[in-house]
Amino acid sequence: MIATSPATIEDVEQRLRERKYIGDRALATSIFLALKLEKPLFIEGEAGVGKTEAAKVMADVLGARLIRLQCYEGIDLAHAVYEWNYPRQLLHIRLLDAGEDRRLAEREIYSPEFLLRRPLLDAIDNDDPTPPVLLIDEIDRSDEEFEAFLLELLSDFQVSIPEIGTIKAKRAPFVVITSNRTREVHDALKRRCLYHWIDYPDLEKEVEIVRARAPEAAAGLAREVAALVQGLRSMDLYKVPGVAETLDWARSLAALGATRIDSSLVNATIGAALKYQEDLERVREQVPAMVEKARGA
Amino acid sequence: MEAGPRRLTDATRALAYVDLKRQADFRNSLRTVFVSRKDELPVFEAAFDIFWAPPDPRASAGVMPGRTRSLPMAPERAKAWSAALGLNTSQMNREQDPSVVPASSSGYSAEELLRHKDFDQMTWKETEQVRKLLEQAPWRVAERRTRRLRPARTGRIDLRRSARHAIRSSGELMRLFHRRVRVRRRPLVLICDVSGSMERYSRLLMIFAHAIARREDLEAFVFSTRLTRITRLLRHRDLDRSLDSVSKGVHDFSGGTRIGDALSDFNRHWARRVLGHGAIVIIVSDGWDRGDPAKLTAELIHLRRSSHRLIWLNPLIGSKGYEPLTRGMAAALPHCDDFLAAHNLQALDDLGRLLAGLDRRSRAR
Repeated sequence: MIATSPATIEDVEQRLRERKYIGDRALATSIFLALKLEKPLFIEGEAGVGKTEAAKVMADVLGARLIRLQCYEGIDLAHAVYEWNYPRQLLHIRLLDAGEDRRLAEREIYSPEFLLRRPLLDAIDNDDPTPPVLLIDEIDRSDEEFEAFLLELLSDFQVSIPEIGTIKAKRAPFVVITSNRTREVHDALKRRCLYHWIDYPDLEKEVEIVRARAPEAAAGLAREVAALVQGLRSMDLYKVPGVAETLDWARSLAALGATRIDSSLVNATIGAALKYQEDLERVREQVPAMVEKARGA
Repeated sequence: MEAGPRRLTDATRALAYVDLKRQADFRNSLRTVFVSRKDELPVFEAAFDIFWAPPDPRASAGVMPGRTRSLPMAPERAKAWSAALGLNTSQMNREQDPSVVPASSSGYSAEELLRHKDFDQMTWKETEQVRKLLEQAPWRVAERRTRRLRPARTGRIDLRRSARHAIRSSGELMRLFHRRVRVRRRPLVLICDVSGSMERYSRLLMIFAHAIARREDLEAFVFSTRLTRITRLLRHRDLDRSLDSVSKGVHDFSGGTRIGDALSDFNRHWARRVLGHGAIVIIVSDGWDRGDPAKLTAELIHLRRSSHRLIWLNPLIGSKGYEPLTRGMAAALPHCDDFLAAHNLQALDDLGRLLAGLDRRSRAR
């Protein structure tokens, strides 16, 4: 399927919605402009608000391939861009006849054929009919060295391989970078991107999200769970639940056959939303009151 | 907030694609171009409001310092805007946030004053001397192992380099190359009490913070009634300019103390961002706390679990016959890895030696 690029902000909004991604207009605007200006989109937000999901859905919207690079501390060129296939090169050069020209052979083994292509190179250099969506996930987990390397890639959509030269994208991929803010990403990198902060949704929107993504939860249940989570977010917790937790919770309750919530059900399943022992303890005694309130929402 | 030529170009290009008659789209477009950090959001919104919104007489407004008329603006935006302009917001804070003044209070932090404090207790000459000595202190923070490798004479075999070399010699592995784990200095996180009872030490501690910020990976916070991050404010090369921006950016110097609240704020909003990579946390406080000791204990336990080492510096340890009997200190003591003095340069040197000697490995728990 080859989809056309969205023509308006409304178009982006509608296509996201069709794919059950409930975002707001500000996000749609950022995505639209990132496409038009061919700039990477830097998305920040608390854990579980749908940053990664936004990139996945955009791949579907554009009819493009999703290339995902999960960052971690110590990630380097060999993991992210390319690596020479040394065993093959060694074999090749040893199998040469004595009379053959060494220089020629050397040039041969440093050709694309001997290249192991990693996600970033793949995103720049490919034959896709539609430029792929490149998701650089959780960049805050990588380190400064890797960020510095990304600068060239993100401003010019090109990578340099010393033995081959500079490889430039025929058409710019749509790049989405996400960060959980476990550390501050360098300004130089952010400057090359458009920025969007995804906040927690309000009650109505969260209900809509649960309805769209966890259809097995009945309408009343969806609303009550969303209201419960909204209540938890206003509490003084170490880690407040994200939208991903709301969905897990709604699915858990639906799996138990619940259509409404009560204290014992909530106590049995609250682990879907809260992941710290201290938080669980703090909430435990307030469950009946919270259930009461959520049922009224 | 940066508004250089690149961003102006982007903004102009962006606006060509949106319907200028829709204010929300216009605003969203400018936001996505100019903002690049969460903390810049309120500043942007305030700037946009000030530039575009006609004054609405009905709106309840935060009074903008330096402006004669009120603007329809959320207090949080007004505050961010004033902070961005380096204006004094203490007046505004007092008007808008009466809740920070406790109902009844007495003694050392009887009033939680949100006020600016002039840093001119110490003569310039003395300051220079202290700063020089701190800069010359021979210690550096201990290193930790990273997950990055670097070429080395011994260690694991580096196949990449070995193979490259072999290709040059017709595929014969003539020489093995090695690589080892790279080490980096551990990040330091300094959380300084600047409440009334710590007043005598505040300036010196800021000089200390500035001196280590010049050479170590330092995140710095101060608190008295609330927590303020001063990392960016310490970045001026010049000490006096740094101290000046700290005194402008921190609005509750010499107020009351709520250590538990400050640490709770830190644990919830900053810990995940600044405690990666095996950070060492240093709390500087005399332990005079008006808050709940149980809360302080709970927050310290959490903080200790998420840091490599938790060090408490107490300037009072220097004084003769001091015993950590204040409620706050008694609650804190069992949960810190180290409890050290911080009243003179000698004490800071001792701290330096401790920091330099810390383990490279991650902590066993």
